[in-house]
This record gives sequence, C-alpha cells and structure tokens, in this order.
Amino acid sequence: MLQRKKVIAWLAGLAVATAAGAVVAQQTQYVPLLSYRIGAYAAGGSGIFGGYIDYMNYINLKEGGINGVKLAWEECETEYNNSRGVECYERLKKGGSGASVVQPLSTGITYSLIDRVATDKIPMVTIGYGRTDAADGRVFPWVFPAITTYWSQASAMIRYIASKEGGEANLKGKKIVHLYHDSAYGKEPIAVFQAYAKKDGFELTEIAVPHPGNEQQSQWLQIRQIKPDYVILWGWGVMNPTALKAAAKIGFPREKMIGVWWAGSEEDVIPAGAAAKGYTTAVFNVAGKDLSLVQDIVKVVYGAGKGNMEDKDRVGSVYHVRGIVHGIITVEAIRKAQEKYGKGKVMTGEQIRWGLENLNLDDARLKAINAAGMMPPTKLTCADHEGSGLVKFQTWDGSKWKIVTDWIAPDKQMIRGMIEDSAAKYAKEKNITPRDCSKES
Amino acid sequence: MLYREAGQFKTAYATDQQIFPIRQDRVAVIAVVAFAFLVVPVIGNQYWLSAILIPFLIFSLAALGLNILTGYAGQLSLGTAAFMAVGAFAAYNFVLRVPGIPLLVAFALAGGCAALVGIVFGLPSLRIKGFYLAVATLAAQFFIVWALVRFPWFSNYSSSGVITAQQMKIFGVAFDTPLEKYLLVLSIVSLMALAAKNMVRSEVGRAWMAVRDMDVAAEVIGIRIMYTKLTAFAVSSFYCGVAGALFAYAYLGTVEPEAFTLDLSFRILFMVIIGGMGSVLGSFLGAGFIVMLPIVLNISIPALNRLLYALVQWSLPASITSNLELMVFGGLIIFFLIVEPHGLARLWQIGKEKLRLWPFPH
Repeated sequence: MLQRKKVIAWLAGLAVATAAGAVVAQQTQYVPLLSYRIGAYAAGGSGIFGGYIDYMNYINLKEGGINGVKLAWEECETEYNNSRGVECYERLKKGGSGASVVQPLSTGITYSLIDRVATDKIPMVTIGYGRTDAADGRVFPWVFPAITTYWSQASAMIRYIASKEGGEANLKGKKIVHLYHDSAYGKEPIAVFQAYAKKDGFELTEIAVPHPGNEQQSQWLQIRQIKPDYVILWGWGVMNPTALKAAAKIGFPREKMIGVWWAGSEEDVIPAGAAAKGYTTAVFNVAGKDLSLVQDIVKVVYGAGKGNMEDKDRVGSVYHVRGIVHGIITVEAIRKAQEKYGKGKVMTGEQIRWGLENLNLDDARLKAINAAGMMPPTKLTCADHEGSGLVKFQTWDGSKWKIVTDWIAPDKQMIRGMIEDSAAKYAKEKNITPRDCSKES
Repeated sequence: MLYREAGQFKTAYATDQQIFPIRQDRVAVIAVVAFAFLVVPVIGNQYWLSAILIPFLIFSLAALGLNILTGYAGQLSLGTAAFMAVGAFAAYNFVLRVPGIPLLVAFALAGGCAALVGIVFGLPSLRIKGFYLAVATLAAQFFIVWALVRFPWFSNYSSSGVITAQQMKIFGVAFDTPLEKYLLVLSIVSLMALAAKNMVRSEVGRAWMAVRDMDVAAEVIGIRIMYTKLTAFAVSSFYCGVAGALFAYAYLGTVEPEAFTLDLSFRILFMVIIGGMGSVLGSFLGAGFIVMLPIVLNISIPALNRLLYALVQWSLPASITSNLELMVFGGLIIFFLIVEPHGLARLWQIGKEKLRLWPFPH
C-alpha cells in the first residue's frame, strides 16, 4: 500500500513538473539541437554543441534571455547519421513554441533537411559546411551557409598563399597539391582551385586519400616526386594527424601545409605531436581561453555550475569557440527579428528568417556583444546568405594555435558567380522560380 | 482457443496452397494491411509518417531484398547499401535524362539497373562461398560508392556529388506530403512483399532453398546452380534498388553517395539476422527492431533522466545518456540472439504454436 502511494505521489509530482514545464515553454524561445556526442565525429560534436549550449546559457544567465525571452533547447543524438538526423528534426521541430533555427552540423543531414525546412518554414543555418550554392538566397530562402563557405575558403587559401609569395603574379609556375578526403566534402573546392590554376598559372595536382585516411604512404611518395611548393590539406579526422606525420617523415616543411578549418582544431594536431609544429590552417573563429567572451562565459556559466563541457580544458578550444559562434548567430538573428516583430516576444521561424536576412554583425555590434575579433563581421541579405566569407589563418606552435594573419577576403565576385550558376542549375532541376529580392521587405 | 485450425476443412487444392492456409492468419494479415492503409493515414501525424513509418517500410524492403539472397539462397552479401545506391542514382538519372518518363517506370528501371549490377557482382558466387563471398560483395560496396563519387556524370556534374530527387508525380498527381509519400511507399512495399512471398513458395524459391541447404545435392537433382544463384542476386538487388530509389525520393530528398556506406549494409544485415533468416515477416520485424528501438531509447532515456532530475536534482550528462543508448541497444541485440538465435520471426512462430495448444498444453 505504501508502495502504491509512493508511486502515485511520484506520478503526481511528475505531472506537476511537466505542466510547469509546459507553462515555461510558452514564454521561451525553443532551439532544437541535432547534436552528436558519440561516434567518429564526437570530438567536433561535443565541442561545438557544448559551446552552443554554453552561449545560450550565458545569454539566459547574464541578460535573462533575449529581451526577457529565455532560450530553451532540447538535444537529440543523431550519431551523424542521416536517417537519425531526419528523425530528430521531425521529433524536435514541434517542441516548445516551435523550432526557431536548426543547425545540423553535418553536411549529410543538411542535404536531407533542405526540402523539409522549406515546407516547415524553419530557417537552417550551416556555418562552414553544407551546401555551398545555398548561399544564393533567391533559390534557397530557408538555408543560410552563414559567415563563409568551402568555396570562399578555397579562394582565401589561394590568396593567403599568394600573399606569402608576394602577390598573385608570383604564383605562376608554382606547384600546389590539393590533398583531399575522397568524398563530396573533399571534392567540393576542386572547381575553385582549377579556376585559380588557370587564372594564375600554377600547377595543380589533386591527390585523393580514401576514407578514413590512416594510410597515406603512396600519396606522400607522389608528393615527394612532385616537390610542390604548397600542400593544401582538405582532410577530416584521423586523416589530418596522419598527413602531418607523413609530411614529417619525408621532410616536407609543415609551414607549407595549409589546412581547411575542419583540419584546424586541437584534436587534429595534438595526436601528431611535434610533427604538427608550424602547420597552418584557415579558421573563421579565433580560439583561446584568453578571449574576453570565453572568460566571461567561464565566470557566468561555469561559475553557476551550468557549463556544458565535461572536460574543462577544452573550454576555449577551436571547436568550443566555434560552438559559441553558432550560438551568437542564433541569438543575434532572434534579437534582430524581435526588433521588427516586437521585443520580448517569442519569434516564429519565419520571423527569424527575416532576422537572419537582415543580420548585420559589424565591428560595432561584435564589440557590443564582446566578440570583437573572435569572428568576422557578417552581413546577410536576401540574396546573399553567406556574408563576408572572411577567414584568418592560424599556426600551431606546438602547444596552441596562434593567429598569423588579419581577416583575408575571398574573391567574392568570382565565387558569387559560381554559386549563382550552381544554384540556377538546381532551380532548373527542381522547377524553382528564384524569388525577387527587390520585393522583400 | 482462439488460434485453432480445427474445423477448417480444405476441399480444393487451391485452398490448400494459399499463402495463409489458416483462417486466423488470413484475417490477421488483412487486418494489419487494412490498418496500415486505412487507419494509419487518419491517426498518423507528420512525425510518425515521415520520420518513422516511411523509413521503416523502406528498410523493410531492403531487408527483404537481402533476405532473399542471404536467408533463402544462402549467399552472404555485404553490398546491400551499394545496390540501394545504384537504385537511387539510376532513378535520378532516368527521371533527369528521359523526358516524360513515368515515375514508377523509372523506379522499375532503377531496380533493373541494380539487378544487372547485382548479377555482375554475383558471378564470383559461382566459385566462392561463405565468408569469401562476403568479401567479394564487400568489393561491390566499395567499388560502387567510389564510382558514384568518381564519375560526375552520375550526379549530373553537381559540385558536391549529391543528387536531389525530383518531384514525384504519377499520372499527374504529385506526391508531396508525408501522407501521400507514405501511401506510395506502402503500396510499393506491400506489392513487392506479396511478390516475394509468392516467389519463395514457388519453384524459384524452392530452388534457392535447395541451393542454400546443400548445393551439391541441389545440382544432383537437376537444379541449375548458376541460374539459381544469379536469379537470387538479381531479384535481391532489384528489391534493394527499388528501396534505394524510395530512400532518395520518398524519404531523404537529397542524397550523397556517402549515405550508402558499409555501415548501412551492416545495419540491413543485422535486420535480417535479428528478424529471422529466410522469413518475409522477419524482414519487417528486423527492420522495426533496428529502426525503431534506437528511437524509443533516444526518447525514453532522456525522459528517465529528466525524471531523475525531478526526483534528486541530479541527472546524467548528455554524453553518457548518448552512450547509454548504444549500450542498451547492443545489450538487447545480444539478449534476443541468445534467447532465439533464429530471430524474431522464430519467436513469433513459437508463440503461435503455444497459442494453438493454449489453454490446454500437453
């Protein structure tokens, strides 16, 4: 009998808790998180989603939410698997007051959701991954590859190499190797590199590394024969430290290796040990524990015992700060939407899309949110869902990443042309009529 | 008491040879199919239709395809996902390049392409068996995905190598909403499951099983080994190809070749093993187990975690609950395999036999 009473009491308590949760949910802005903390991509997933959650907690604790509207979120483990990602999306999209913004952090899941977010009217933000030609907002109204894309990055890499050689004219006759993960991800920038090779007259060699990339002997033998001036490393996961070690073995200078931003985290270089010293990669977010926003998050969020990172040493790492950047974009888009549709109100997906299309994170705004220099200034419009495309370059000094350049801009004109061509092809295949941006308010 | 065939007399060969000779089975199957066609569309919401039932049906079809090859014909294959990829990319290219082609014809042709590829990779089965054959089909898995990435023609020169499924239109009717897609997938899967059930009861299926049980004996009694094995590969790949086309068109929409990895092949093999080798029902049970159980765990474990928090103000961190899900899932697989190594279909069979005697067992 006692047992039964106890159970009833528990159930009653649970019901009250659920009801209370529902009341709270009406006043909160709900963010679904398609996270992954297990599997091969766990290092990136736990760091980025940790940073994302830390930033939302920070806004809730420090400012009491966005103009008083607290952020609420729910995590769903996708295992980086497309089917699971779709299931998580379908499950979470109706949660709380309805999904605000979805950031799947997986190119495969992004592809699977492109049609769905358009039907459900939920904006999808893919920072530094996903479908590059979605930057054409006329064809992809609901997809935002914000800040920068793979093509912009490829362009910025060539410009960085040119700056080291003293100008693009000096690239003539140089040899550049594109060492890439043999997948859609690794093949994506090839078109851009080929266009540059033609324009600047350098010799481009594309060398594929089969997944997962822990065997690169023959590739580096080929590199030794070519004797390139630069090697661009478009790798992922275990492929990156393996490439660094292989380069050390044949004596290829690490200073001449330029990595992609998914090859530029602590997790990529520490396993390579001393072989990684001098290696340089592109990044769209600066990392470090000494950033003032990171320090404030440590004080406010971790001080309150609400920090999401289990390994406190990873706070301020490249992935963690990248997660904070994800958080900033979400929060600032909602804030912008509130300016138009009413401060202190819960925004719908459509209103947040307006917020994203009118987002203007200039230097002043970044300074106001304590993120100056941490990420590039970004201005999105109806037609341009990417923004500036600026990246910095960082060098691993053996113990930490050191920023070595200022923001480097891609050749926006050239990249934009390619994006528009590709998006137009997609529109034709799918029978989409691109919208007229001059008519958007 | 309820499940007893006493009194059901058969007076014609046709009634004796029907798919479900026992009336209760017939009624149950018709009820399930009617429920899926008539009731589910009414009670199912968008989440259930588009995130659970559609993938469940598609994976059931793929598992059925593999079951024909592995369960009935005894040829172990690790290339299922690759044959699905062939189906998906072939359907895309047929719709793209042949103007005005009816969608169902494109799906059938896509299945045909997968069948051809299946026959090519089935050729080694004439010489090698068991694990060695599995390795040969593994080659299919790697080669096909590699070829789809390597030759941009397959993805219509898309810079990232992905394909985007065109709108589904049959006789001018567009299949856009989850409900319409569900009904389309359900119809195709039901018809193909019926065809499979009949095939395994016919001469072809009996030849497959004879080859599975002992190929030398099968040859002695006059079964053509090459023809039998290759038809098994062709039919199996056809099913997988159609499943792949549905995977792209009715489920994901945009697909990259990397979606069809070895991992997916293994998952479908697990569906067959857990569901029951050599059983049409087993393919559905296995697909249900592998597709739905992780979702059930994914929903229930965080819920338990929240309950824990409500009770003691302490809960497990997200990384542990994510891993816990995998541990419970793996544990359950091992549990079911120990309890019944012949799969869930066999459990169902045993249950039915017990029901026959109930409530007066000997």
